Amino acid sequence: MIPGSFDYHRPVSVDEAVGLMGKLGDDALLLAGGHSLIPMMKLRMASPEHLVDLSAIDSLKGIEEIDDTIILRAMTTQHELIASDLITDKLPIIQETSLVIADPQIRYKGTFGGNVANGDPGNDMPAVMQCLDAKLELTGPDGKRQVAARDFYQGAYDTLREDEEILTSVHIPVPSSGHGYAYEKLKRKVGDYATAAAAVVITMSGDKCTSASIGLTNVGDTPLWAKEAGEILNGSSLDNATIDKAVSAAEAITDPASDMRGPAEYRTKMAGMMMRRALERAQSRAKG
Amino acid sequence: MNDQVKVDEDRAERVEKLQGMGCKRKRVEDVRFTQGKGNYVDDLKLPGMVFGDFVRSPHAHARIKSIDTSRAQALPGVVAVLTAADLKPLDLHYMPTLAGDVQAVLAEEKVLFQNQEVAFVIAEDRYIASDATELVDVEYEALPAIVDPFKSMDDDAPILREDIKDKMEGAHGPRKHPNHIFEWEIGDKEETDKIFAEADVTIKEMLVDHRTHPSPLETCQSVASFDKITGDLTLWGTFQAPHVIRTVVSLISKIPEHKIHVIAPDIGGGFGNKVGAYAGYVCSVVGSIVLGTPVKWVEDRMENLSTTSFARDYHMSTELAATNEGKITAMRVHVIADHGAFDACADPSKWPAGFMNICTGSYDIPTAHLSVDGVYTNKASGGVAYRCSFRVTEAVFAIERAVELLAQKLDMDAAELRLKNFVKAEQFPYKSALGWEYDSGDYHTAMNKAMEAIGYDDLRKEQAKKREAFKKGKTREIMGIGISFFTEIVGAGPSKNCDILGVAMFDSAEIRIHPTGSVIARMGTKSQGQGHETTYAQIIATEIGIPADDITIEEGNTDTAPYGLGTYGSRSTPVAGAATAVAARKIRAKAQMIAAHTMEVHEGDLEWDVDRFRVKGLPEKAMTMQEIAWTAYNSPPPNMEPGLEAVNYYEPPNMTYPFGSYYCVMDIDVDTGVAKTRRFYALDDCGTRINPMIIEGQVHGGLTEAFACAMGQEIRYDEMGNVMGASFMDFFLPTAVETPHWETDFTVTPSPHHPIGAKGVGESPHVGGVPCFSNAVNDAYSFLGAGHIQMPHDAWRLWQVGERLGLHN
Ligand SMILES: Cc1cc2nc3c(=O)[nH]c(=O)nc-3n(C[C@H](O)[C@H](O)[C@H](O)COP(=O)(O)OP(=O)(O)OC[C@H]3O[C@@H](n4cnc5c(N)ncnc54)[C@H](O)[C@@H]3O)c2cc1C
Repeated sequence: MIPGSFDYHRPVSVDEAVGLMGKLGDDALLLAGGHSLIPMMKLRMASPEHLVDLSAIDSLKGIEEIDDTIILRAMTTQHELIASDLITDKLPIIQETSLVIADPQIRYKGTFGGNVANGDPGNDMPAVMQCLDAKLELTGPDGKRQVAARDFYQGAYDTLREDEEILTSVHIPVPSSGHGYAYEKLKRKVGDYATAAAAVVITMSGDKCTSASIGLTNVGDTPLWAKEAGEILNGSSLDNATIDKAVSAAEAITDPASDMRGPAEYRTKMAGMMMRRALERAQSRAKG
Repeated sequence: MNDQVKVDEDRAERVEKLQGMGCKRKRVEDVRFTQGKGNYVDDLKLPGMVFGDFVRSPHAHARIKSIDTSRAQALPGVVAVLTAADLKPLDLHYMPTLAGDVQAVLAEEKVLFQNQEVAFVIAEDRYIASDATELVDVEYEALPAIVDPFKSMDDDAPILREDIKDKMEGAHGPRKHPNHIFEWEIGDKEETDKIFAEADVTIKEMLVDHRTHPSPLETCQSVASFDKITGDLTLWGTFQAPHVIRTVVSLISKIPEHKIHVIAPDIGGGFGNKVGAYAGYVCSVVGSIVLGTPVKWVEDRMENLSTTSFARDYHMSTELAATNEGKITAMRVHVIADHGAFDACADPSKWPAGFMNICTGSYDIPTAHLSVDGVYTNKASGGVAYRCSFRVTEAVFAIERAVELLAQKLDMDAAELRLKNFVKAEQFPYKSALGWEYDSGDYHTAMNKAMEAIGYDDLRKEQAKKREAFKKGKTREIMGIGISFFTEIVGAGPSKNCDILGVAMFDSAEIRIHPTGSVIARMGTKSQGQGHETTYAQIIATEIGIPADDITIEEGNTDTAPYGLGTYGSRSTPVAGAATAVAARKIRAKAQMIAAHTMEVHEGDLEWDVDRFRVKGLPEKAMTMQEIAWTAYNSPPPNMEPGLEAVNYYEPPNMTYPFGSYYCVMDIDVDTGVAKTRRFYALDDCGTRINPMIIEGQVHGGLTEAFACAMGQEIRYDEMGNVMGASFMDFFLPTAVETPHWETDFTVTPSPHHPIGAKGVGESPHVGGVPCFSNAVNDAYSFLGAGHIQMPHDAWRLWQVGERLGLHN
């Protein structure tokens, strides 16, 4: 539980950080809140020779709304997401999710961007980003580019981000005002990663579901966007038979590990159960 | 106001000022703990101190082909690297265990469990030490591992302990197989078998009390400082039994005992984990002797969970025989005890299975037979008493689950069956079929009080309704009512049956009154959070009439404290608490002589009144304890030694037998397997209550650990012998969020043989809590025909029960 030695850098601008990352190469890692990275370093599962700390870069902080898009900058802490009126108002699922990440102490330090960029399938935000069809803005030596959250995750700790790129912000289209949402997470105790979790955002018109998007956490190597499940629900009246079918479709794309949270079979079924319960709550919240 | 009222008021005021027994005195140690000012081993910084860290085995079972330390030695800042080859000439590569076995300090030819200690790297700081552990090159040849204790004694099982493979006479009799440790047997086998053969009703079940770990928040650690000039060794460490450690260190290092100074400073929880001796202690000592500088060793969390003493791992085939009317006639238990790679149980030496023979519980079971086979496996060693007296949690789990299974078979209410079989109040002192003499008890009163408090009949009615609703598909939740009624055996113990490596299990207190009437007292025990500094002072306050606030309690320094066997198995109050009372009474007796002489009356003319001696019939003529203290030093009676102090080494005539009645109401979501504890009621009878607030705190803590053990905490191994989940990410340590609300209650049945009637309480809630939770879970599923459900009852396992019963279709 003692990390190896490393050099510490504290750039004050994105340009400087990108420059450092380009110069230091593979041996450097970005440091945000440190609540995923430092435990990994203590276990010596990560042994960077350089840490490039992003915490002094002011332009990486804050939340704003521009043209029906919420822009969440990477170094915004998980606590700040909970405290933000804009999030409460426009993207309450992010607030609901933040509240089941870790515990208050960790959320004061842990950042939104770190959670999204980390690439651990246990992180809660990535599936929510997929559910919301967020775009991740990456800044590298060649400037900025956007990658859809639904494409970003390739495997455990393997994303489309290049080593020298920084996740600077995430752009989320604001869902319609009457949308229903829920994030259901099954965990063993406070501060635990999900046994399985599901993010659901739907819109309803009368009894009819007019859109449905579902993300699943920690039941595969990557967060999962359950595209087919959403399509099955879309246009239905959310009757039991349709829900059963959609749940089966979602369960079918899972491939969880068997671990201390339970065997794979259980975690798959729990992904389905969390989706069912999230859907039920989302429906009860949806207006329209 | 008449005079009598005035006298009473004055007396009440003086009693209150003492803060003696029975009052909710605030814990004095919390002043420093709550401000982060505790003084733990890792707080110790000595000039020139260096740090040790272990190279550990990645294999569960492997032959060591070679160890090359040269790369590590070459790292700047590394001062030494120890291996078995260095320890062997000193005869320190193995150390004796408390159970009569030996345990490798550093592995010599083989490693026998994952994370076993292979080399000890000492460096100028912790970072370098940790870096250097990665530079020790060890070549292994992997061997097949034994993980399942039932396979240990197979004909073709690999032999684990080659060091003792020809030693077929073990510390507790003959060994049946090279992987066998001992067989321990008690009770009347023939008669038991006969009763079973003829019984109306019998039940039999394999009850597993799974492997877990005491997991104190502070891990095990030590600082050794050897003075090459004087030859003195000072050893600070996380020791629940510092005096025993001193004796053991002296025996194995051959340093005379008076040259060894063992100090246990504040300890951040022990729960049995800090009773034994560990490789880290030995290596820090050897390192300091070799280098002549202080060496610190601090375990990290994973090391603590995966290497230093585990608990439980008892596989108990448990049977009860009964009449059709529900009278239990016999009990038969056979245990396979998985001790891991070395037998490092911390039991009194003659008790290789601890006090497992308390397994007839609170019931008048006339005939019983118990046998235990201890076996080696490729897992960490231990088998310590985790917040319980030796194997008492296991014993209580066996009987309390078995009684429920019997009730089910008889189609009888489980509370009624218990009431029918309890030892009756008039039967005490009660001799149990497996050899104990229960000192006192009143089980029916406790059980009835508890049933009324919880509203037992109404709960059963509610449960019946819920079961109907579940069957009709109206709810996906099932309700369980858990009962446990436990009898513990604590306070080891009488020297006729209890010793540790030959040292009898007495305990001690030394009380010294200063001339101005304040006090320092020292005991042979060692608090790890139990609040000894508070409660011992209360005993003394009541016994000698000096306010508890004027009394300092000190433990843990073997140079100053009298010899004692330490704190575990709830023995502090029953043994050292008794020593404290007896020593205090010696002081009071001397004080009485001084007072009589000074006031020129006969001793018999004096009466004790809270904090002073009064002359009978002349109430205004009195001498306070403070006045007597001054006199004792400065004008004692002629021919009397000056001073006012006393020592007592207390040899308990018997154990004490705390008991209690617990109820748990649980609701389980069958679709996720998540169980929610709706209510938990705990009635404890620990005899005389010294400090009700501390008792309540102990009960809360013990119940929380019981909840953890029953509901998810475990040390698991995969089939290769890799230890799984040895970090707080997976190892279930409940936070305030998960912990249920505890309702506490009590009855008081004082111990007849203890000077103040106290029995010990720190472990009761754990012992009684584990089966109570498990019974609640089992009770919830029983109407669906689930059969016995093994612990731990975490969500996925309960979901699997539902799956097996077809509840998810
Ligand atoms: C006890 C505990 C419980 C936890 N429970 C949960 C939980 O339930 N759910 C959950 O989702 N998380 C949980 N976490 C993780 C926590 O939310 C982390 O804070 C989060 O995963 C990472 O954010 P960070 O700011 O701490 O990132 P860091 O740890 O600093 O970084 C994580 C990784 O992301 C990279 N990175 C960080 N920022 C950027 C960036 N802007 N651009 C590119 N790469 C970047 C780093 O290089 C590193 O590889 C828990 C952590 C702990 C210690």
